[in-house]
Amino acid sequence: MKAPPGSPARAWWDWKYVRWLLELNLRAVRARAYVRVVATGREIMWLLWEVLLPFMATAAYVFIYRALNAPPAYLGFVILGGAMTAFWMNVLWAMASQFYWERYSGQLELFFASPASLMAILLGMSAGGMFMTSVRAIGVLVLGSMVFRVEYAVAHPWLLAYTFLVTLWALYGLGMLLASVFLLYGREAWHTSNLLQEPVYLVSGFYFPVRALGFWVAAGATVIPLTLGLDAMRQLAFGGSPWAIAPDAVGLFPPGYEATALTGMAVLFIGAAYKALGRMMWAAKVAGTLALKH
Amino acid sequence: MSTSETRFQVDHRPRPAGLAIRTENLSRVFQVRRSRKWPRGRRVVALDGVNLEVAEGELFGLLGPNGAGKTTLIKILSTLLLPTSGRAFVSGIDVARDPFGVKQRINIVSGGESGGYGILSVRESLWMFSQLYGVSNRIALDRIDRMLKLVGLEDDAGTLISKLSTGMRQKMNFVRGFLSDPDVLFLDEPTLGLDVTTARTLRKFVREWMAERPGRTVLLTTHYMAEADELCDRVAIIDRGRILACDTPASLKRQIARQAVLRLEVSSSDGAGLSQADLARLKDQPGVREVAARWRPEAGRTVLTAILEADGAIPGLVGGLSGLGLVVHSLAKEEPTLEDVFVKLVGRTLAEDTPTNNGDHDSRNGTLPGDGPEVGVGGAGDGEAAAGGGAADESAAR
Ligand SMILES: Nc1ncnc2c1ncn2[C@@H]1O[C@H](COP(=O)(O)OP(=O)(O)O)[C@@H](O)[C@H]1O
Ligand SMILES: [Mg+2]
Repeated sequence: MKAPPGSPARAWWDWKYVRWLLELNLRAVRARAYVRVVATGREIMWLLWEVLLPFMATAAYVFIYRALNAPPAYLGFVILGGAMTAFWMNVLWAMASQFYWERYSGQLELFFASPASLMAILLGMSAGGMFMTSVRAIGVLVLGSMVFRVEYAVAHPWLLAYTFLVTLWALYGLGMLLASVFLLYGREAWHTSNLLQEPVYLVSGFYFPVRALGFWVAAGATVIPLTLGLDAMRQLAFGGSPWAIAPDAVGLFPPGYEATALTGMAVLFIGAAYKALGRMMWAAKVAGTLALKH
Repeated sequence: MSTSETRFQVDHRPRPAGLAIRTENLSRVFQVRRSRKWPRGRRVVALDGVNLEVAEGELFGLLGPNGAGKTTLIKILSTLLLPTSGRAFVSGIDVARDPFGVKQRINIVSGGESGGYGILSVRESLWMFSQLYGVSNRIALDRIDRMLKLVGLEDDAGTLISKLSTGMRQKMNFVRGFLSDPDVLFLDEPTLGLDVTTARTLRKFVREWMAERPGRTVLLTTHYMAEADELCDRVAIIDRGRILACDTPASLKRQIARQAVLRLEVSSSDGAGLSQADLARLKDQPGVREVAARWRPEAGRTVLTAILEADGAIPGLVGGLSGLGLVVHSLAKEEPTLEDVFVKLVGRTLAEDTPTNNGDHDSRNGTLPGDGPEVGVGGAGDGEAAAGGGAADESAAR
């Protein structure tokens, strides 16, 4: 939080203080994540629905590709993309517009009045969202792979796992940034979320390799971490190696580079979210807009 | 609970001994955005040079009608809002300069709150909030169970929030404020819209909690005069962002003890309430200090509160009433209440909203023509009971 000049210097070299601060914020992260994890468990019907919907969308593309006699690896691409759509939806609906909702319900003030950092709240929301969405994504992946008998050829499982995780953090970092920025726009946040959903499906290549859009469009779309993440994961899931573009996978860049870029993006987005959050909150304190009702 | 358990103290700067809250000339102006009614936007002076001192261990009440500036003051003290000018200190810490230091020592509950995630149970939700204050699980769960019992919610600890009634929800929110064992607790109209029994339970809870550990301080706002009277050690009367009086309830009431407080029930033949002009004419009667009216639609009558210099002015007042064509149904001389003190200071009842003070005029007394609430529409403030909706539970937000 940006404080005005004159704030007492805190003892950052005092380990006891730092440990206390860490513990406080880790508790906040866990508590906020818990809400989402519990939500997953309590709404089993929802879960079913959210596995089935993306699965059916995916299936439609599978049939198109089959009709077009596309190479078999394409089926795998589609299913991987279908599994990842769940994350994008989660970032838009449960991250980007979340603070707007929390402000609407008065919860944002309660978070803000507590000594825990709002960043911890955002991190908790992310961690919980990742967990609950992973359950869905894995559902789609397993279901799709079984139904359409996709065979994977993973030569570098650790790089694949790393790419997956860092894609998520970059993606949720973007969600955290949007959450702070959307606070400014209030009701328009909702419309923006709506607006962003479909185009991103297209340019991130959920249902086809992004390379198919042409190199420059694809390269432009890499601002959204999903594009690079999916591209790298597709290559790695079908025999790709870290430092060369897999010939069959129609990759954009070698997966190793993409994973490196994603790491940078994750750091960048989360850092930017922290900055933006400080700004927004300061502005809200000045203008008196932390709550809607007064 | 030992202090080190829930908060870390690095800040050992000297502070004025024994003061939990202090404000110096605190003011807050809101710039309200353009709207149809106010095409050029407008300034609202929510707080206007407030000077307040609340001692550690005190249960301090802020009594004032809707729009008086109570919530604004609490928001500044709880670091949710910055003052436009002036300074405020909580536990000796400047709220604008070191909000983090303040946040470690306070908690806040407001009666109108509708937060909470619908898919969590009462216990889970309370646990979640305790974590934001760094309270360990064992202590948190222990406190939750103990406090739920005290407010009579123990059987609903496992109930999902989405299934709670408004009153239960409010009790839960209330408990939330105590979980971090704050040094200073802000209660913003905690009993708003609650039934009498529940409100009484919560008041008892506050008093017991304060007695448990000396040094705990509560700042409570209310527009119920009985609440301020019963509960608070000292009361500040606030209207239009200004503190008009500040003393113990007994002393405040003593101010007008020499005067006569009359309660009259009147009705007119046409069934309408009293107009602003009628009230002004009554106030012009000799010996009449203030007259305020509250319309009771269910009875078709108006309840008048009149403050007279002395009993001798009663016949004049009654004469004035019949001169206006009003029938007097009952007349009683009463012990002064805090509401009467308010009426004397402001010329309105607590049930009437504060007319907006947009800084362009400065008429301290009475209602602005065409701006404020009409006389005879009393009780507007009481209808604003907690909304309960809880739009942002996880399922709605997804
Ligand atoms: N965030 C805000 N933006 C604009 N005006 C506000 C805001 N908060 C409060 N006000 C105005 O300030 C005045 C005091 O409000 P408030 O402090 O909520 O009064 P109370 O709590 O005593 O009912 C009212 O006129 C209200 O409309
Ligand atoms: Mg209020």
